[in-house]
Amino acid sequence: MVEMIRVESVAKSFGAFQALQGAELQVQEGEFICLIGPSGCGKSTLLRILAGFEQPSSGYVFVGGREVTGPGPDRGMVFQDYGLFPWLTVRQNIGFGPRARGIPRAQIDETARRFIDMVGLAAFADRFPHELSGGMKQRVAIARVLANDARVVLMDEPFGALDAMTRERLQDELLEIWARTKLTVIFVTHAIEEAILLSDRVVAMAAGPGRIISDTRIDLPRPRDVASPEFNALRRSLSLELHPPTAAHAPI
Amino acid sequence: MQATTNLLIRQVLMPVLLPVLLLLGWYLGTRHQTYALIPQPWDVAVEMVDLAVGGINDDSFSSMLVTHLLASAGRVYGAFLLAAGLALPLGMMIGRLKLAQSLLDPMLQVLRPVPVTAWLPLSMIVFGLGPKSAFFLVALGAFYPILLNTVFGVRSVEPRLFEAAAMLGTKPAAMFPRVVLPAALPGIFTGLRLGLGFSWVVIVVGEMTGVPTGLGAMIMDARQLSRTEVVIDGMILIGAAGFVSDRLVMELGRRLLRWSPQHG
Ligand SMILES: Nc1ncnc2c1ncn2[C@@H]1O[C@H](COP(=O)(O)OP(=O)(O)OP(=O)(O)O)[C@@H](O)[C@H]1O
Ligand SMILES: [Mg+2]
Repeated sequence: MVEMIRVESVAKSFGAFQALQGAELQVQEGEFICLIGPSGCGKSTLLRILAGFEQPSSGYVFVGGREVTGPGPDRGMVFQDYGLFPWLTVRQNIGFGPRARGIPRAQIDETARRFIDMVGLAAFADRFPHELSGGMKQRVAIARVLANDARVVLMDEPFGALDAMTRERLQDELLEIWARTKLTVIFVTHAIEEAILLSDRVVAMAAGPGRIISDTRIDLPRPRDVASPEFNALRRSLSLELHPPTAAHAPI
Repeated sequence: MQATTNLLIRQVLMPVLLPVLLLLGWYLGTRHQTYALIPQPWDVAVEMVDLAVGGINDDSFSSMLVTHLLASAGRVYGAFLLAAGLALPLGMMIGRLKLAQSLLDPMLQVLRPVPVTAWLPLSMIVFGLGPKSAFFLVALGAFYPILLNTVFGVRSVEPRLFEAAAMLGTKPAAMFPRVVLPAALPGIFTGLRLGLGFSWVVIVVGEMTGVPTGLGAMIMDARQLSRTEVVIDGMILIGAAGFVSDRLVMELGRRLLRWSPQHG
């Protein structure tokens, strides 16, 4: 196994506020990691440091053996609010990365077509983002990082704004794409069930200051059955970790 | 069927309702006063025909419509293009470059409240009495709407789009053409539209002194000769020209900004 991501004692503060402290994480190539934790625990901050949008206040981040110093096409990001270019069609959005990297025209068209088909948007290839549903937009956002040969895909609550049915469809599609391409995925979510359903490892975080509190391997065979006793057992133990019973929550 | 009728009512009948009422009031108010200061609608219509093709009054206004209209339109579009040529690059620089902002913004902001008409005397001294002065005033009038909307447009690019472009491998130098410019296009377009509209307002002021041709000149001449029907025709022509010109720009925008829900 090849190590893809290494986070070494990373801390991040915004002014006096400590958003992240002592974060350690190693991810192998092809692993699917879910980051989970309460709001404000630094999940997005860690992801944005991996993407290169933020610099750690201390510590180091390596991706593919190279230290991260800024954003780059080897690490694709999928945002909750999509971040599509509204003036470009689906096809052009997906071709944006290859074009930015100076790939020849004919090859961009071919790549765009392949990934449009992969996410099932052939009929919408020449639509603009405002003409698409949320689920379609997120498919475009995923296709656009895949079309750019990203080796690591960073996803910040990508399905958080979608309805339950669309979310389930996209989860399945994502797993299928991941199984086919063997990408490394870091996926931020609020939902314990989503984390267990998708990932090889669930990395749990806590707030005040933001830190990693546990790293649980999910060995369940895929496709996973959310109603199985093993799944429920994992759900319960993760839930306990994330919301430990405290005096405040105890019944009066 | 129902839908077509509704469309007909909303798009044809409703818009002409007020003009028709206005015309009726005008007719009723002036019909018994043969030597009134305000001419009757019919006289204005006849004068418009004479302006267009002549053969009725045979005076200095006959068949001059095209000449005046082209003179004004030429100045409007020429000055507008000059203003856009200056305001677009300046606006982009002020919006994106700290240096340009601190160098140019304060001066331009202090000059901005000065109305175009206040520039008239100075412009006559500098550019002389004549078309050059009118050209300058129109350009000045169009400059600020274009500048301000361009600055606003290039500044209000969603930060998320820079992140998206960066993680897809866009080099910092390529951010401007690939992200800032397209994102700012709706704002820039609004500025161009306002600028062109304002050009048609200013042109009349500009042509009122020392210019032989143009709709503004025609209105001033007619005023001195107490030919109020010509004055009203001039007003109608300016309104129509500005309207058509705005429609053309809007159509252009609809094609260029098909991606924007507000324009498409
Ligand atoms: N640019 C910033 N400036 C100041 N504080 C920030 C900034 N970015 C994040 N923070 C703070 O850091 C903390 C962690 O933020 P982060 O966005 O990483 O949380 P999160 O785990 O992603 O939360 P959520 O689940 O709500 O998205 C929060 O308290 C937030 O207010
Ligand atoms: Mg977050």
